[in-house]
Amino acid sequence: MLGIIVVSHSEKVAEGVKDIAEQMNSGQVLIRAAGGAEDGRIGTNPVKIKEAIEEAKVADNILVFVDIGSAVMGTETAIDMLEKSIREKVKIVDAPLVEGVLAAVIQASVEQDIEGVINTAIESKNMCKL
Amino acid sequence: MSLKVRDVAALIEKIGDVIEENKEFLTELDAAIGDGDHGLNMNKGFKVVKDKMNSTNIKDIGELFKLVGLTLIATVGGASGPLYGTAFMKGGMAVAGKTEVDMNDFIKIMDEAIKGIKMRGKAEAGDKTMIDALEPAFNALKEGVLKELPAVDILKNAREAALNGVNYTKEIAARKGRASYLGERSIGHQDAGATSSFLMIDAIYEFVKDNTKC
Repeated sequence: MLGIIVVSHSEKVAEGVKDIAEQMNSGQVLIRAAGGAEDGRIGTNPVKIKEAIEEAKVADNILVFVDIGSAVMGTETAIDMLEKSIREKVKIVDAPLVEGVLAAVIQASVEQDIEGVINTAIESKNMCKL
Repeated sequence: MSLKVRDVAALIEKIGDVIEENKEFLTELDAAIGDGDHGLNMNKGFKVVKDKMNSTNIKDIGELFKLVGLTLIATVGGASGPLYGTAFMKGGMAVAGKTEVDMNDFIKIMDEAIKGIKMRGKAEAGDKTMIDALEPAFNALKEGVLKELPAVDILKNAREAALNGVNYTKEIAARKGRASYLGERSIGHQDAGATSSFLMIDAIYEFVKDNTKC
């Protein structure tokens, strides 16, 4: 099983992206949201991110998608705080948050290979909308 | 200089007070070239640190630093949370189990803290970050110990070095964080992170000065 963690400076954005992704999810992905700073301010909370990753630890691979700025540093801090057995399964994906998460969920329904899922998510950067 | 667990806790509380006094100033500095939340975020983090220190039974200074670090990581919200949080966590590992610290311990703490910030932020001197205040301060500490100066004088020199470092950040372009998007346009503005680092060194100097009996 694949785990996906949605990290955003906004709790609502993280939850919202998870909600959209769940529409495409037929059980192949365990999705967790980790948005906002402590007490709901705009920001990131590495402890919340760490806990979200731990909730997905049954997954074989855990992909973390982030929005901008300190979301990357916060996620790296969270990963450093994890137990080694979980840490080894986690990867931050260099993809847009909404498009990347959706692409990964959809790809995970047709492909088992984690590199294929990651590449599809990264390629979502080049998706043309018009 | 010799500080026990309760002295270090009082010192960290003082740092929190200084951050609170300067929260608007730090936020203004950050708003000019960053995302404008540095002072408020840091103040939020140190307020929770104060509560946690008061409600936790802390046995040694390593444990105290770990508590401060974890709290900052969990509560600050911006990049300064992981950065200062990692600094306190790594610094605390240098004094694990100790119930008293001196100037040599402080140098070990600073060494590990700076390494932690560099690792976390992938920053070096000259990137217009907290490192530009902390590294000169660290060098002044080492020099002061070699010259066998009194602790207060060593910390005064470190404070001056940190302040010079803050002023230096006005002359250079940012290479890290959101300010780096501005490139050359960030020149002329002092870095908010370097400024909060200076304020911490300054608070340490003031604390030791006020608590040293001559």
